[in-house]
Amino acid sequence: MKFVDEYRDGALARGIAAAIAAEVEPDRTYAFMEFCGGHTHAISRYGIEDLLPPSLRLIHGPGCPVCVLPVGRIDDAIRLARLPNVTLCTYADLMRVPASHGGSLLKTKAAGGDVRMIYSPLDAVRIAEAEPDRQVVFLAIGFETTTPPTAIALRLAVSKQLANFTVFCNHVLTPVAMRAILDAAPLPGEQPIAIEGFVGPAHVSTIIGTGPYRIFAETYRKPVVIAGFEPLDVMQAILMLVRQVNEQRAEVENQYIRVVRPPGNVIAQDLCAEYFEVRDSFEWRGLGSLPASALKLRDAYATFDAEQRFDVTTVHADDNPACECGPILRGQKKPADCKLFGTVCTPETPMGACMVSSEGACAAHWTYGRFRDRQPERRRA
Amino acid sequence: MCLAISALVTELLPDQMARISLDGVVMTVSVALLEEVSPGDYVIIHVGHALSRIDAEEAARTLAMLAEIRALAPVP
Repeated sequence: MKFVDEYRDGALARGIAAAIAAEVEPDRTYAFMEFCGGHTHAISRYGIEDLLPPSLRLIHGPGCPVCVLPVGRIDDAIRLARLPNVTLCTYADLMRVPASHGGSLLKTKAAGGDVRMIYSPLDAVRIAEAEPDRQVVFLAIGFETTTPPTAIALRLAVSKQLANFTVFCNHVLTPVAMRAILDAAPLPGEQPIAIEGFVGPAHVSTIIGTGPYRIFAETYRKPVVIAGFEPLDVMQAILMLVRQVNEQRAEVENQYIRVVRPPGNVIAQDLCAEYFEVRDSFEWRGLGSLPASALKLRDAYATFDAEQRFDVTTVHADDNPACECGPILRGQKKPADCKLFGTVCTPETPMGACMVSSEGACAAHWTYGRFRDRQPERRRA
Repeated sequence: MCLAISALVTELLPDQMARISLDGVVMTVSVALLEEVSPGDYVIIHVGHALSRIDAEEAARTLAMLAEIRALAPVP
């Protein structure tokens, strides 16, 4: 496919790997966080860690919306789906996420709940139009990439004056989570994680542009290199980060110039500002409650807000106590450190969200990365 | 979740929609988030919406940079 295949070229990848190996300074280590699950997936799938020098460590960040959605919100969605007249529309990613009491949206559907998988938020609007007797709730999740499509669906529903369409909004904000990781004091028994730079989000940046990352360069002195999701994109971004660290620079650089423009997508930003406002606080799996880290519908559109129409009051629910999703999302642990990993917890029978989404750190490690653990010289690298 | 794929716009449709081709697989998506788009453009598609146009010149520039990095790197 054009604009894809050429960024997966193995010979070029080996060339960039040689450049990285030549440019890392001996006698020091490098640690970069790739925030996005999309990058985590690409790094595992293409074996990028095998192309990097042993002194360079990649820390998997929490940029997987399925993974960071707390159990309590899945429980809410299940409660909504069980209401007699409600059709709950969701992206497929959420269907198998474990909820409280062994539940999931998939099991709720099997038990007779009207849960429907959709591809686009516009599908949910179409269902609402076609079935006026049903209350159609769109379970909206995702970072800034996924928010504008929800806004477009809302705009369509508002213009059609659909009285049976609501949005259960769980959209979250990337820069706030990045700050939370840098600000977080380690929990008892945890070491502070020394992140020296970020492989910055690809498609989130398409929407928000490069400006919101400036604080990380200017205040935190952490370089950020926005990177595409193909393996050569990630490799080039890592080389750019190594160069910034070596030269003691902390700047926001854009590797993904073919798609990300510095101002971002202004149409999308305006649309989101019209329909959404920032919540006081929102719970993230692994990161806890973060102030001003998520969006909700503006009061002007309260009639389209599922939380208001159905009186949703989220109750905090604990993760499976043996599941290490939380520390993994904070970059404190690796999937193989979890005793559930690969034993009771696999993509077939996930115990935690990190194993459900293909871009969760555990699912990526299970599908591609675990074979590396068997190589003794690179064990747990 | 934020994964998005590149696709070729083949036809503009009413209501800010467009027909696209993903290596021959044809779909209808919204182009309401794009300032301008024409058949022949490549766009990034996410949950049924085009988020951004792919800039062919910048794409070529990235590939040229990658080739240069490889040319200057010590032979692996």
